Amino acid sequence: MSAATPAIRVEGLSKRFRLGSRTGLGGPRRGDEELWALRDLCFEVAPGEAVGIVGRNGAGKSTLLKILARITAPSAGRAEIRGRVGSLLEVGTGFHPELSGRENVYLNGAILGMKAAEIDARFDAIVAFSGVERFLDTPVKRYSSGMRVRLAFAVAAHLESEILVVDEVLAVGDAEFQRRCLGSMNDAAGSGRTVLFVSHQMSALRSLCSRALWLDGGRLRAAGGADEVIDAYLEDGRESARAVPLAERRDRSGSGELRFTRLEACGGGSPGGAAPATGRRLVVRIGYASAGREPLKGVRLALLWSDARGQRLTSLDTRLGNADFEELPPEGEIRCEVPELPLLPGRYRVDAWAWVAGRVADDVPHALEVEVAPGDFFGTGRTSSREKHGPFLLRQSWRIEGE
Amino acid sequence: MPEGPSPRLNFGPRRADAAGMAPHTPAPETVVIEPQRGWVPIDLAELWRYRELIGFLALRDIQVRYKQSLLGIGWAVAQPLATMLVFGLLFRALLGREGMPTLEGVPYAVSAYCALVPWQLFARSLQSSGDSLVANKQLIHKVYFPRLVAPIAPLLAALVDFGCAFAVLAAMLAAYGILPDPAALALPLFVALAVAAALGVSLWLSALNAIYRDVRHALPFLVQIWMFLTPVVYTSESVLRGRPEWLAWLYGLNPMTGVVEGFRWALLGAAEPPWSAVAASTAVSLALLVSGLYFFRRLERSFADLV
Repeated sequence: MSAATPAIRVEGLSKRFRLGSRTGLGGPRRGDEELWALRDLCFEVAPGEAVGIVGRNGAGKSTLLKILARITAPSAGRAEIRGRVGSLLEVGTGFHPELSGRENVYLNGAILGMKAAEIDARFDAIVAFSGVERFLDTPVKRYSSGMRVRLAFAVAAHLESEILVVDEVLAVGDAEFQRRCLGSMNDAAGSGRTVLFVSHQMSALRSLCSRALWLDGGRLRAAGGADEVIDAYLEDGRESARAVPLAERRDRSGSGELRFTRLEACGGGSPGGAAPATGRRLVVRIGYASAGREPLKGVRLALLWSDARGQRLTSLDTRLGNADFEELPPEGEIRCEVPELPLLPGRYRVDAWAWVAGRVADDVPHALEVEVAPGDFFGTGRTSSREKHGPFLLRQSWRIEGE
Repeated sequence: MPEGPSPRLNFGPRRADAAGMAPHTPAPETVVIEPQRGWVPIDLAELWRYRELIGFLALRDIQVRYKQSLLGIGWAVAQPLATMLVFGLLFRALLGREGMPTLEGVPYAVSAYCALVPWQLFARSLQSSGDSLVANKQLIHKVYFPRLVAPIAPLLAALVDFGCAFAVLAAMLAAYGILPDPAALALPLFVALAVAAALGVSLWLSALNAIYRDVRHALPFLVQIWMFLTPVVYTSESVLRGRPEWLAWLYGLNPMTGVVEGFRWALLGAAEPPWSAVAASTAVSLALLVSGLYFFRRLERSFADLV
């Protein structure tokens, strides 16, 4: 760590929330349950350092960023910040649908703390980055959501600040745009700005950040080199996926209208379930339950597959197959089949998501750990390996043109 | 990941700086974030730094309000005119031509509209400013800015509406041949008083609204009742005539009484200046403003958790 004055110094930072309603007239106040979203956090970030923050849902990552961005106040402790903080806690904050793209650039810039002169000077660059030149004078309500996000990120990316605080912005937009966002954040980190970056995308964190903090239950569990901390964090997720039955996992979020109770992946070859293997049929059985007795309407389920390093590989998603469930019994089992598993042998992590009527009902990171066994994908008697062939295989045919 | 200075191209904004933009301070200021205890001073300097945001938010309010509307800014005039008409016809039917609650020698239409213009300024401000924190909760959850910006911006937007309605008032006075005398120079004072009263009340209401959403539901109702307690569609003289002195004094505690009567005095040449009402209004407005500022500041840092 450099000997210079830290850009961010956090000492004993804590944030307490009171749970339960406090607004009813004469309602109980003293008996309210308390929740420490952050507890006694201490760390320093040197100027120009890019630091990733990992942790499960509810670990306090967003609360920490909100305190550093001065959106909410801590309950105890202190933080010292040297320099202007630009926060990208959600792109498009303050976009007004009735206003044109041009008007929104100025409004959004002002909201993020830019002066009108600064926005003037950067206007062309912002517009070029966003790629929405042709629609600048169209009300934003007519934009596609992708255009909106691009314009919003463009404004935020041109905010000049010594410290950039970013929360999961890369979760939006198309792949090409995500790549550009990453690039611009990379530049930000490269040009000596201090970056604090929260994401669930471990690969993005690894490539952007040199250091990482791991928050667990509001406390700092580990701090150090990004790869090291992220590996430890992923390993921990693996263990808890193994140790705690899915129905009893607490590190989940969502409304709870639907909860995953069991997830099981097996190779479909023989009944009773062999291990999943490359090239064989994969069957995932999903047990779920709901809070009520009513049938569930408009259910979308998704299983997101990542490799052991946290790189997202693919998704099994009812939305992709256009197979959202219009109605589901309040509890039961769903079966998802993949005729030929293209993933190469190795360990995979599966995050489970469920939406009911468009709202996130359950979100369990690392809900399942799948060990894929070697298999004969092409029916040639040969097996393949990740090291040689990459994460997955494609059906293919080869022939000489013209024959 | 390269550490320290890197050969990478600079991120856009930095280069813009080098090209002669407002130079960035080499030694950046340090912000200390600590739990807030007790009363907090009001940081006017910071508010001033954010003046452009106030302007942009006000501009947004104005642009958005009249987008996709035929009458557009005409609504700022149509509302007081319609109110004047309705009450004019009502009083005419109830009290007859002689009994209209107006100033001596001034047509009712002028007397009522002259009061409705500052009243609209106050009512508009109260409605949008009182709800400003909840209406802007998206922003409050996601970005830092001095929260005072939220209730102040709608006042500017209301002032624009006021300007339009006032232009019509000037035309009306000219049409009736009522020419301003030097008293009209006091007008800005009454406008300032209306804004101060509106801000004072709005600070209390918007901060309370963050905790108790009841305020939001009570606001339209409050504004309506308040209008009837203010000599807008009638004159204070017409209700206070022959009543005890203490009632007049109580009536004067309503800060808008002084504003509205002040407007009539400044523009319509009412016989004696309503100094006692203006003094009471000023005192009450300032008390509301100062207490509102401190109350707002006290709750400010928890707004993100509340709204």
